[in-house]
Amino acid sequence: MSREFLSGNEAFAYGIRLAAPQVISAYPITPQTIVVERLSEMVEDKSLKSEFIHVESEHSALSCAIGASATGVRTFTATSSQGLLYMAECLVYASGGRYPIVMMNANRSTALPWNIYGDQRDSLSLLDCGWIQAYAKDAQESLDLAILSYYIAEHPKVSTPFMVNLDGFHLTHTYEMVEVPESELVKNFLSDYNTDNKIDFENPKNIAFSAGPEHNFAFKYKEHIGILNAKEIISEAEQKFAPLFGREYSGLVEAYRCDDAEYILITLGSIFGLCSDVADELRNEGVKTGVLRLRYMRPFPNKEIADIARNAKAVAVLEKDISFGNEGSVYTNVNSALQKAGLSVPSLNFIGGLGGRDISEEDIREIFNKLSQGKTAVHFIGIEEGAII
Amino acid sequence: MNVNANTLNEDEFFYGHKACAGCGGSLAVRIALKVLGKRAVAVLPAGCMSAVGFNFPQLCFANNAIISTFAGTASMLTGIEAGLRAKGITDFVAVGFAGDGGTADIGIQALSGAIDRDDNILYICYDNEAYMNTGVQKSSLTPFGAKTTTTPAGGNVRGNLRPKKNMFEIVAAHGIKYAATASIGYLPDYMKKVQHASEIKGTKYIHVIAPCPTGWGIAPDESVEIAKEAVDCGLWILAEYENGIFSVNTKPKNLSALRTHIKKQGRFKHLTDEDIDHIESLRDSKWENGGQ
Amino acid sequence: MKPYLRSIKAKWTLQDYPDNTTYEAGYLISKNAGWRSIRPVIDTKKCSGCLQCYLHCPDGVISKRDGAVAIDYDFCKGCGICKRICKLKAIEMEAESK
Repeated sequence: MSREFLSGNEAFAYGIRLAAPQVISAYPITPQTIVVERLSEMVEDKSLKSEFIHVESEHSALSCAIGASATGVRTFTATSSQGLLYMAECLVYASGGRYPIVMMNANRSTALPWNIYGDQRDSLSLLDCGWIQAYAKDAQESLDLAILSYYIAEHPKVSTPFMVNLDGFHLTHTYEMVEVPESELVKNFLSDYNTDNKIDFENPKNIAFSAGPEHNFAFKYKEHIGILNAKEIISEAEQKFAPLFGREYSGLVEAYRCDDAEYILITLGSIFGLCSDVADELRNEGVKTGVLRLRYMRPFPNKEIADIARNAKAVAVLEKDISFGNEGSVYTNVNSALQKAGLSVPSLNFIGGLGGRDISEEDIREIFNKLSQGKTAVHFIGIEEGAII
Repeated sequence: MNVNANTLNEDEFFYGHKACAGCGGSLAVRIALKVLGKRAVAVLPAGCMSAVGFNFPQLCFANNAIISTFAGTASMLTGIEAGLRAKGITDFVAVGFAGDGGTADIGIQALSGAIDRDDNILYICYDNEAYMNTGVQKSSLTPFGAKTTTTPAGGNVRGNLRPKKNMFEIVAAHGIKYAATASIGYLPDYMKKVQHASEIKGTKYIHVIAPCPTGWGIAPDESVEIAKEAVDCGLWILAEYENGIFSVNTKPKNLSALRTHIKKQGRFKHLTDEDIDHIESLRDSKWENGGQ
Repeated sequence: MKPYLRSIKAKWTLQDYPDNTTYEAGYLISKNAGWRSIRPVIDTKKCSGCLQCYLHCPDGVISKRDGAVAIDYDFCKGCGICKRICKLKAIEMEAESK
């Protein structure tokens, strides 16, 4: 193990080198570019043995990764924002074909207006594409997810592509000390990708076929079961990971001081640290606050959210996202979890950080302040005083 | 080995498919796979050949075959080639079969990228000169004057107004290792080109004209003959590009046969004599330009 | 090798489906014979075994046999290309009896 001062992008690239995909296809886009730059340097200096394909678009990046995955090799690509949307067709292709491709997405705002800074509308608009979606909080978790993601995605019970999301700039470009594990350790943790879902010269296959109304549903149902199975495999992977690497992860969610919390702020990504700091301050002031981070948006932690929110007086969802004409998508999902569990706890939506706009400590204090009023509503941080339902 | 009807692999790799009777595209796919053999990995984008060949559980390829996204024929070929190579497998041919729309329209970006990287793939465009799978809509390889469902022949406009895009020159302009044109009316020539292409390392492109009886308005038994006529009357030029040099393989046998060739096809029925004169002038200017 | 007919499952259960979209190559469950209104019939006395019909069949249903050719009527669609390509007129198209 070594300790290095790395940005989120670099930490992820280090993690990918350790996972050693045999084929990498990549196209540059801010703020993801550093990942593919580092990986190409690693291939050049032979510290990573991988076919590095300089594709001509994001659509081709993922199409190429699908082709490579269909030969049974480990694959990686990375993208962001418009690039993710440009490859959207291939997202459903990869998941429908059950190809366990790992892709890093640098969460970035989507045009128009053009904006290169971070929000989460790119990936959250694609929740229904059949990909596992994880959201990292810091560079260390980014590196670890690069390794964990392959364990989970390639598990035969899952066989589902995996999107690891890093907040653009806030995480991709922020440096911190990161523990980089030894490659031997990773080899012990992550076995080679082994699948029947591939081209086979002994027993030839017809692949990526059509299936009409009679047969289509069965494939889609199995796809759904695969991504649901990821819940169990995420837990299995983390239990194996902890003793080897000395770091523990907590499955679909990370709860901070939620046990006796009356007011719980639910969020995702790198804003978690600041939210936890504010929760600490408010605890010192006598307010029972907690923060729940959704580490995964798919599979969605329905049960975990309900269990933690069960005794709360109110919950808030803070997200850098909006589903225009409705509300934040995370909020919709959280409300569904609460409703299914029969909880009638007030829930508030706070939409902020769009286009990279800063979310301040004061903003978060204000969220907890509004939470204590316990009135279900959708708020836009810094836009107006009122609320919309 | 010289590949001909006698020496051709007796295996059938594309069989039981639901292509229309007399489909030129299916003949182009069938023959290429017989030349390439069981180590061919076929990539077919959304289009006629994937629609007629891969309807679970009726799966009509005997070899490894996979449908790609419409735009992704070449990029999926790239990924397959890289993946197999990463596994240490080298004795295979990654071959794509895309139609005219899948090649010259939606797939041209990925094709260009693959040629630019000189990926070791064989890309075959079976050109039936319109989007036939969706019911005969104009592509950029639809020839001047052709009636399609999106270029109707009416009182104001008489079918497609633009000439056919020259894919052969476009791929050659990349400095591709090998490019060729072919016709299902000249199968020995097509087989020879497929065979030759499979022996070259790098990107190879073969553009084979493959009439569609349904879209062209010809009888099912006429598709091979029409494809032959297109070459004989000089409308479709059999040529190769290799090591930076263009070569024309055949001279037209009967330039004056163009008029009857055009008039045989329902898609050109509405054309006036002046329109056909224009088609002739388009043809002649190509030959004056050395057949390119 | 070539794709061939398999038995048809009366009912598919979830377990019968693959977990992905990869399946055995060349798996046929239906014929194409019903498409045909006319059928090619080979006069083996006239056939010289030049194999042009075999070569040009879009469906690959003509195979070499004993110096001549044979047709797989399960998959022949009756397009008539074989008749047209045959210089010796050894193939005639005959109406399918109803």
